Order: sequence, then C-alpha cells, then structure tokens
Amino acid sequence: MTIYLPIAELSVNVFVILGMGAAVGFLSGMFGVGGGFLITPLLIFYNIPPAVAVATGANQVVASSVSGALAHFRRGTLDIKLGLVLLVGGLAGATVGIQIFTMLRRLGQLDLIISLLYVVFLGLVGSLMLWESVKALRRAARNQSVSMRKPGQHNWVHRLPFKMRFKRSKLYLSVIPVILLGFAIGILTSVMGVGGGFIMVPAMIYLLRIPTNVVIGTSLFQIIFVTAFTTIVQAATNFSVDIVLAWLLMIAGVIGAQYGVRVGQKMRGEQLRAGLAVLVLAVAIRLGLGLVLPPDEVYSVVSGSFGF
Amino acid sequence: MRAAVFSFAALLFVSLPASAQLADPTITINEKFSERIDIGISTNEIAISSDFSGADITVFGAIDGVDELLLATFAYDIVVSLEGPRISTTVRRKERVGGIWINRHSIRFEPIPASYSMSSTRPLDGIATTMELASRDIGINNIRLVPTGGIGDGSRVSDFREALRRIKQTSGLYQRDPTGVRFISKSLFRASVRLPANIPVGQHKVRAVLYKNSQFVMEREIPLRVVKTGLEQFIFNFAHGYALAYGIFAVFLAAVTGWLSSVIFRKD
Repeated sequence: MTIYLPIAELSVNVFVILGMGAAVGFLSGMFGVGGGFLITPLLIFYNIPPAVAVATGANQVVASSVSGALAHFRRGTLDIKLGLVLLVGGLAGATVGIQIFTMLRRLGQLDLIISLLYVVFLGLVGSLMLWESVKALRRAARNQSVSMRKPGQHNWVHRLPFKMRFKRSKLYLSVIPVILLGFAIGILTSVMGVGGGFIMVPAMIYLLRIPTNVVIGTSLFQIIFVTAFTTIVQAATNFSVDIVLAWLLMIAGVIGAQYGVRVGQKMRGEQLRAGLAVLVLAVAIRLGLGLVLPPDEVYSVVSGSFGF
Repeated sequence: MRAAVFSFAALLFVSLPASAQLADPTITINEKFSERIDIGISTNEIAISSDFSGADITVFGAIDGVDELLLATFAYDIVVSLEGPRISTTVRRKERVGGIWINRHSIRFEPIPASYSMSSTRPLDGIATTMELASRDIGINNIRLVPTGGIGDGSRVSDFREALRRIKQTSGLYQRDPTGVRFISKSLFRASVRLPANIPVGQHKVRAVLYKNSQFVMEREIPLRVVKTGLEQFIFNFAHGYALAYGIFAVFLAAVTGWLSSVIFRKD
C-alpha cells in the first residue's frame, strides 16, 4: 500500500514507514532517547530528501517523547525541576546553534560536517558507555554493589556554587553544569537535527551522577521542547516538515515507545546503558563506513526545492 | 493504481493553412511532406491522490495522408514522449580526500526535463540519425544538457552528463520503451507512456514526432498538467502559505498523538 507525501513529493510504502516508526519508537521508549539520530538516517536511506527527513524526524520525536515522558511522569521517574533547568540552557543553545547552522551552510559541505559530528559524538559516547556498562555488568555478575553513586565521593562538579535541591533525583547540585549541559545539547540539536538524548543521557549519568531511571524521563521531558522548537523553526524557514510522513511515524512510534518503556522498566540500569551503547556505536560505525568506503555512485543529482 | 487515460484522437483532421500551423508553437512541420500527425489524450490533467503510485498514460493518434505502401514497409516511425517541467539541476561528484569521501566537484546544468518517458515504434537508432534526434531533444541520450557557470577546463562535463542520465534512469524518472508505439489500423496508432510514482508536479507535455524514411515530417505537442489534489494540495498550500501556523500545528498534532497514546496504553 502506498501513500503520497505532499511535502516530500513522492510515494512511499505505508508499511515500511510504520515499521521504521515502530522500531525506533520501541528503542526510544526503552532507552529514553528521542530516536532522532535513528529516524533521520533511516528516512534518508529510504530516499526521503535530507531536509525533509531532518525536519520531519524532529516532529516525530515530539510525539514519542511526549508519550514516553508521560509514562515516566506517572511512574515518578521524571524530575520536572531538573528538566526545566536543562531547558533554560537548551533553548539558549538552540538559538545559538541555528546561527552556527546558517554559517556552516553558507560555507558549504554542511552535510559532511553533520556526518562527521555524528560519527565523532556517537562513537565517543558509545565507546565510553559500553566500556563503563560492561564493567558494571561484570561487577553485577560477581554480586558486587553496582551503585553509580558512592556516598561521600564527589567530583569537581559538586563543588560549584548556586546549588539547588532536586528531590526526585535525590541530588543537591549546582545549576551551572546543568544549564551548560542543556546549552551544549541545544547547539547540537539545531546543528545535527536531533533531540540530543543520546548525548544527554550519558552526560547526566556520568557527569552529573543522576540516577539512570530519573535520567531517562527527564531527558525525554526536555527533548519535547527542544524538538518542538526545531520543528517550528524548520517549518517556518524551510517548509520541510511533512505532516503526513510525521504522523505515520508518530502513530507507529508512540505504540512502539509504550512497549519500549515497559521493557526498559524490567531491565537494570547497566543493561540499559550497555544496550544504548551498542545501538549508538552501531549507528556511528554505519555512518563512519559511509564516509570512508567508496560509494556505489560517486555522482549525485540535486534538483528541485530540497537540495542543499 | 493503473490510471489508463483513454482518448480518441481527433480523427477529423482539419487541414489548416501552413502558415497558421507554423505560428502555433506546439506544431512543427517539414513542408516537404504531406503527411500530418495528430494526437489526443482524454484529459489535460493528472491528479495525484494519496494512493498515487505511478500511472500509465495511453496516447492515441493518427497519421493523415499516409501512403499505405510505405506504411506496409515500415517507413513511418513515431516517437511519443512525456516530458516533465524543466528544472535546473546540479550534479556533484564525490572524491576521496584524506580517506573520506566528500563532494568535491559540481556542475550546474541549464533547466532539463525533470522527467522523461518515451515510447517509439522501434529503437531510436533505427529511426533517425543521432544528430537529427539531438536537434529535437528526442531520446534520453539526446536530451541537451548544457552546463552553466564555472566548469573548469570542461574535461569533466561528459562524465557529469553521463552520470546525470544514468541517475535519472536508475530513479525511474527517465525511461524508454522502444516498442511502445503500435499501429492499430492503417493510420491510427496507440502509445503508452509511464508516469513514475515520483513524478514532479507541474506542467508536462506530450510530444509526438513523425518520421518517414528517417526524415523528420512533423511534431505535435499537447500540454498535460500534473497536480496534487484534495488533502495533498491543501497540506502543501498550508505549509507554504502559513508556515509558522503549520509548524505549530505539527507540534500540536505530535503532542496530542503522544498524549492519547499514553492514555490509551495506561496500564491501570
């Protein structure tokens, strides 16, 4: 069964799109990532113009993260206060990021820089997480304590001023690193066209030492707003949000996400981290190979409205 | 969906004075010959609905003043093509730089047909010389591709042209059927041309060209509009006309979808 996409201006198979949405939704619910870093490459691989894929991916992530964040909210694993502080930095970062995006685009080779950023960030984050979570899994196998937070042990982050109490996260933490983290993620969001969960989740776990279960819900909460912002800006400037495509992805995605959240609840923190690490690394390797391996077709044709 | 567009050509061919015909931009005539070609399709408009997955268009036509003896010896050849709107197109070439494949060179071409679907009575090389066909933009390999802007020393242009034709064919936008035109009576013929699913919207044209013993006789052209319909058109207009409202609506739709799903799937 095919359906015509009015903005992308081509016909696609409905079931392929629904399948993609469901698979990415499941993973996003399980790991607390928006799934933008998965859905955008998938759509481009399925011949959707890159500009439409980036913008529509962001729109779809709004739905899956609303669904996921609500599920976490009911389970009490969402720290709204922490999420709001992150968001302050996030929106400021996104505004700066849009300037950087425009500048990169003027210099040309924007898509190359985006690919390089993906490979570097995903590769780095994936490797670090995998290394840490495998260590934790081995400790768990030997029945040792797997607590991420050792009482009394503080790093430099905890010596900063402007401390605030985050009850849900059981943290007493300076707002400076939280806002800075949100700011950095905001920049990446607008430059790479992703929600940034795959960077934020590990950063919150490892840098800010926030418990893994709270991190996922809180990350989803802030992703809602950052991707909503991205969607509106993309729609207003590039006319590249395809609402039909986005809605198909959403429907499948939110259903997938519900099951993902349930599976995620049954898993232990270090298992979740290991799974997310493998996923992130796999995407990094796939994108990296795309840059390094000789392409089947060295030529490409750009015509119509959505060329870079 | 197979939307065969039937038509019965205007079999009554009214012979207008030659000067009047030449003034019409859609008709070109070689005055040496008396044969005339005419074509018809049942509609001037193809509507792209939500389940559009390409379509076959059947074009009917007739040759007027045909010499039956020559017809029996296959002296007449017809090429029918459906050409999409002209869009300026850029071809890029990747090269390895420091181990990474990046776009290094690009050539921009003057507007070329976004799509091109051709049917003929036999393979083009048997119909006329390449030079003759190229002078009328007939055939995938003969469509004029004129580079604009900086092209360096020009040595790469032919590779870029070849790549453009190859990619257009791979994506289905350029296609040919060398036996797609059939005579169904002494002077009546039928041609089918394929519209791909990724057909660009806009003003297309159906062209029919008649050859007699490899000599150009006449060309006729009729317009065909490809348009989005109903909801598709509405969404497109909304997205372009009220971009900010559209973006906000897209976010709203996403939020509602997400919220509904979490309500529906709530366990307790």
